[in-house]
Parts: sequence; C-alpha cells; structure tokens
Amino acid sequence: MPDQMNTAMPEPETISDGAPALADRLPDDAEQLLRLMLRIRSFEDEVKELFTRGLVRGSTHLGQGQEAVCVGACAALRPGDTMTCTYRGHGAVLAMGAPADRCFGELLGKAGGLCGGKGGSMHFTDVAVGAIGSNAIVGGNLPVTVGAALAAEHLGTGAVSVAFLGDGATNIGAFHESLNLAAIWHLPAIFVIENNHYGEYSPLASTTPVERLASRAASYGMPGVYVDGNDVVAVRSVTRTAARRARAGQGPTLIEADTYRQQGHSRSDPGAYRPPGELDAWLARDPILRLGQSLERSGRATPDQLAALRAEVAAEVAEALARAQAWPEPGLSALTEDVYA
Amino acid sequence: MNAQLNYRHAIARALADAMEEDDRVILIGEDIGAAGGAFKSTDGLFERFGPRRVRDTPISEQAIVGAATGAAIMGLRPVAEIMFADFAGVCFDQIANQLAKYRYMTGGQVSVPVTIRMTNGAGAGFAAQHSQGTENWFLNIPGLKIAVPGTVPDLYGLLRSAVRDPDPVLVFEHKALFAVQGTIPAGNPLVPLGVADVVRDGGDVTIVAAQQMRHRAVEAAGQLAAEGIEATVIDPRTLVPFDDAAVAASLKVTSRLAVVQEAPADGSWGSSLIARMLTDHFELFDAPPVLIAASPTPVPYAGNLEAAWLPSADRIVAEVRKQVHY
Repeated sequence: MPDQMNTAMPEPETISDGAPALADRLPDDAEQLLRLMLRIRSFEDEVKELFTRGLVRGSTHLGQGQEAVCVGACAALRPGDTMTCTYRGHGAVLAMGAPADRCFGELLGKAGGLCGGKGGSMHFTDVAVGAIGSNAIVGGNLPVTVGAALAAEHLGTGAVSVAFLGDGATNIGAFHESLNLAAIWHLPAIFVIENNHYGEYSPLASTTPVERLASRAASYGMPGVYVDGNDVVAVRSVTRTAARRARAGQGPTLIEADTYRQQGHSRSDPGAYRPPGELDAWLARDPILRLGQSLERSGRATPDQLAALRAEVAAEVAEALARAQAWPEPGLSALTEDVYA
Repeated sequence: MNAQLNYRHAIARALADAMEEDDRVILIGEDIGAAGGAFKSTDGLFERFGPRRVRDTPISEQAIVGAATGAAIMGLRPVAEIMFADFAGVCFDQIANQLAKYRYMTGGQVSVPVTIRMTNGAGAGFAAQHSQGTENWFLNIPGLKIAVPGTVPDLYGLLRSAVRDPDPVLVFEHKALFAVQGTIPAGNPLVPLGVADVVRDGGDVTIVAAQQMRHRAVEAAGQLAAEGIEATVIDPRTLVPFDDAAVAASLKVTSRLAVVQEAPADGSWGSSLIARMLTDHFELFDAPPVLIAASPTPVPYAGNLEAAWLPSADRIVAEVRKQVHY
C-alpha cells in the first residue's frame, strides 16, 4: 500500500549527525538565500496561475517545496561552473542567476525568452550563467553533465559540473552509465538527487528497493551524502564539500537531498495518490518557512520584515512577468533557424 | 604523392591529422585506445596522442555520446566511436533527443561539434544485430548530418570535414570496405559535406548508390555498358545534406533514376530521394524510378541468405535493363 511505503520524513534538525538547529547555524547571507528561494516560489506561483489561465502551452512541472535544494546547491558554485537539471527545473535555472523575465518569456513562447521561445518550460537554458540545459528526458541530462565535467577536466578550467536529477532517475540506465564514467575518470561532477518521494505518480518505495538513494553511490566508489533537502544551509554545505573534492581532482559525489513536491507531478495531476496528512506534514517543514522561522528565532528578522521581503520579491517577480508578457512572439523565420550552426 | 592505403588505415590517418590540427579534438570510445579499436581503425593513436586525448570507456554508449555532447558544448571537439552502428539503439536518446536537438532547443545558444563514428553494413556474416544500415534511422531527425563514405579519399576527406564541422555529424564506416585500397590526393583535401561524387558518366540511366552499393553499381554499370546501356553512377557521399542538384542534373540527361541501397525500402534515404525527385522534377522522367533495396527482413547470418538480402550487381543490371526498356 502506498501509505505504508517510504514516505517517512527525516527529523528536521537531527540528521547530519545531530547538526544544530538551523537557527543556530545561520550564515551571514541567510537573508540572500531566503530571497532566492522566495523568488523561485513566487515564480512558480505565477506559473501555476498562468497555466490555469491557459497561457502556458503543453505541460509544466512545478517545484514548490523543493527550493532549498537548487538554491543551496547552486549557492555552493562559482562563476564558470555548469549546471544541468530536469524538466522541473525552473528553480535551478533561476538559482544559477537567469533573469526571471526571460524565464517567463520562454514559458510564454516569446522571442525574448531564454531560448527564443523554442524550448519552453522543460528546456530552460541560459548558458551565460552556466545553466547549460534543462532536460525533458528523465536522466537524459546526466551523460551531458559528465561531458561538461570532462571538458572542465581536460581544459583545466577548475569548473565543476552539477546535475540535478529526480529520485526516479536513479532507476534509468543513463544514471548508471554516467556515474560510472564520471567515477572512473575522476571527473569534477556532482549529482544532486532531488528526492521528492514520487516518480511521477509512483511512490519511491514501489519502484526502488533501497530506501537511501545516496547508498547507490557505493556502486561507483564515490561518496554518497544524504542531506535534509529542506535545509538550504545544509544543502549548500554538503555541495561545497563535494565541489572542493571535485576541484581537487578527487572525483564526483552523489548527494541525496530529501525534499517534497508540494504540487502534483504536472499541472494535470492533483496528487490524489498522496496518503492523508502527508502534504500537511511537509508543508509544516517548508524550506522557506523554516528559514524564515530560524531568522526570527535568532533575532535576525521580525515577522514584519519577512512579510515585507515576501512582498518585495513577489512584486519584482510580477514586474518581470509583466515585462515578458509585453514581448513579441518569435518571428516565423525562427522556425528554421538554429537547426544547424 | 601519397602512398596507397586501405579504408581502415584512412580512418586513423584522418583522426591523427584532425588531432594534430586542433588540440580540442579528443577521441572517446570502447577499446579505441590501448587496444587500437575493435576494427583496429584507431591503431597507433593512443601511443601518439596519449590517454587524455584517446580515451577508453566502459561499455556505455549513452555515456559516450552524452559525454561527447556535453564536452562539445563546453568547447571540445569530441569524436565518439560507437563500435557497431547497431549499438546506436542503446544510445538513441542521446543521439536523437540530446545531441541533435541541443542547439535548437536552446535557441542557438550552443553549437555541438560532435562526430560519431559507427561501423555499419552487411556482407561480412555479422548477422542481424551487427550489420544494419542504421544511417536510415537518423534521417527523420533534423539537426544531424550523415556521411557515408565509400572510398579511401572520401573517408579521409569526409571524416576531416565532420570533425571541423560545427554540427553533429554521424560518419558511417562500412565494415565490408575496410580492405578497399585507395590514395588520398596530394594536399590531403577535405571532402565537403553535401557534395556528391559523379563516379561514372553515361547518358541512359542515373544510378545513385553509396558505400558497398556504390562499388556494386560501378560493377553493374560495366556489365550494362557491354550491352550498350551507359549509366551515370552518383555516390551522394552524405545523406544529410543530400546533393539533390547533382542527381537532378544527371536526370536531365538520362531521364531514368535507379537508387541502390543496403537497407529495406521503407523509411530510407532511397525512398526519400525518389520522392523528392518525382515531386520536384516529374517532367524529367521517361520511366518509373526504381529503388533497388535490401529484403524487408533482418539481416540473416547464413552466407547464401545474406548474399540474397543484399542487392547484387546482377540484380542491379537486371532492374536497370528492365527500366531502360520500359
């Protein structure tokens, strides 16, 4: 039965060898991390609204609740590093620094979109900020990530290559081939599993015989790290460690970030398969909520200040959307451009 | 004047010259390094360029193609080897959905200069999973270029062009041609992608054929000449882009088109070529075009069955004779 399966949550503050409460280990830039997560949350909330109004074509996959994974991991990177992600990748591309208006533009099929309107929701790419591809094939980005790491190693750039993947992607062949190749070549790659507990509609335990996906790293002789994926500071910390290893020529790391998809798989999915109470339990440990509460508890922010920050970010995102909505559609000549160089 | 060499050695020669020319060129594939390649087509390159530029991989075709794609996006010019073209089946996603579409999906933010070398072709007794003309699988995937060299200078020149090209190019090396001898002309000229070779001139019929079938078409043309039928033989050399203009120019003279291909008819380059020529140049035809294709079956193992599967020179002669007397 699905509700008997692997939906147990990690204890929020007790993983990572009893790491102290988030409020006691807030970094100097915690407000900035919060702002980044809020920007992604506002973006996704707007996307949900746009989709409901029929302004987004095809499908879209929302990442509310998973913001700490992409923000934490990308905050550990430096200019020149690269990132690939999944079709639930709006957050990761924004976390790398892609402008929100051009992301909206892509979603709306506008000429000013990141990809000129030719990629859409599932292919957000902004090479200028190191976001070298969102992929609509589960696991399809992983071999490409290995290639980016190969180029970094071969050219001696010191860059690391990060891939986000879902829990479901750990069961596809490309995962095995990619981690194996990255490991034997000691490439500077970091594979970050966004374990949101569902592969589309199937709970993880119904598809996967091991509970800890990080344990799969053992097959490739690389470190496997399990982290609370709703703790942005912890995610950044483990990613920094992985990046240090990668830059030092010690090879790749597999990180499992435990998180939760607050929305359904795609916009056609109401999430009826969730056991009763599961969503509420995870909403109570929402990564944005937790960081805000920690800032309050540590005296770094008042409820009013946090509300003001939320409003400020929401207004910025709304302005970005308004700009994008005013942009023109691509000219029809774009249809046949960019097939070949 | 360059010395004569065979098709197999032309591969290593082209790769060596490409690597000499451009530091960004690296080779990746299974057993291409220390072992020199399953077909010995990369023999000597590991010793000459070292393990960082000639990289042996595990048996991981998805990772090979994907790594080439990612490395190309980030500034290298990888040449990946898929040992048998049939193995494209296990990395089809990486070729069809990733490599071919990367530039388009990103609105032209990247170019993807990847060359994939694959050994194709029947006639050597490798049976159903090691003999196919899989170049036809890729015709319906915009974003890929496809080269099918049939001679030593074409192999050398097309492979060099593929490595220099800014787009993904699939280069098919035909295993039945590895012993074919030839000479790379002085100055080691590149062969541009999309320019056919008019192998033989004749006024009665235009025969279009590539790789092993090119050689059989030439043989058939010799037999037909003895009967007084003069054939033009055109080797397209690349399937994408395809040199339609060369075929049309010949059709203006011959008014008859025969296409010979080492693959079943449906969904093939020969079918597409005939469709395009009929659509664009209907007025040039004096007889129905003919597609001389392989049997619509998997490639069989037994020698007599495989020989029957492949279009033979005798069959080409018979089909063309019938067409000329239509």
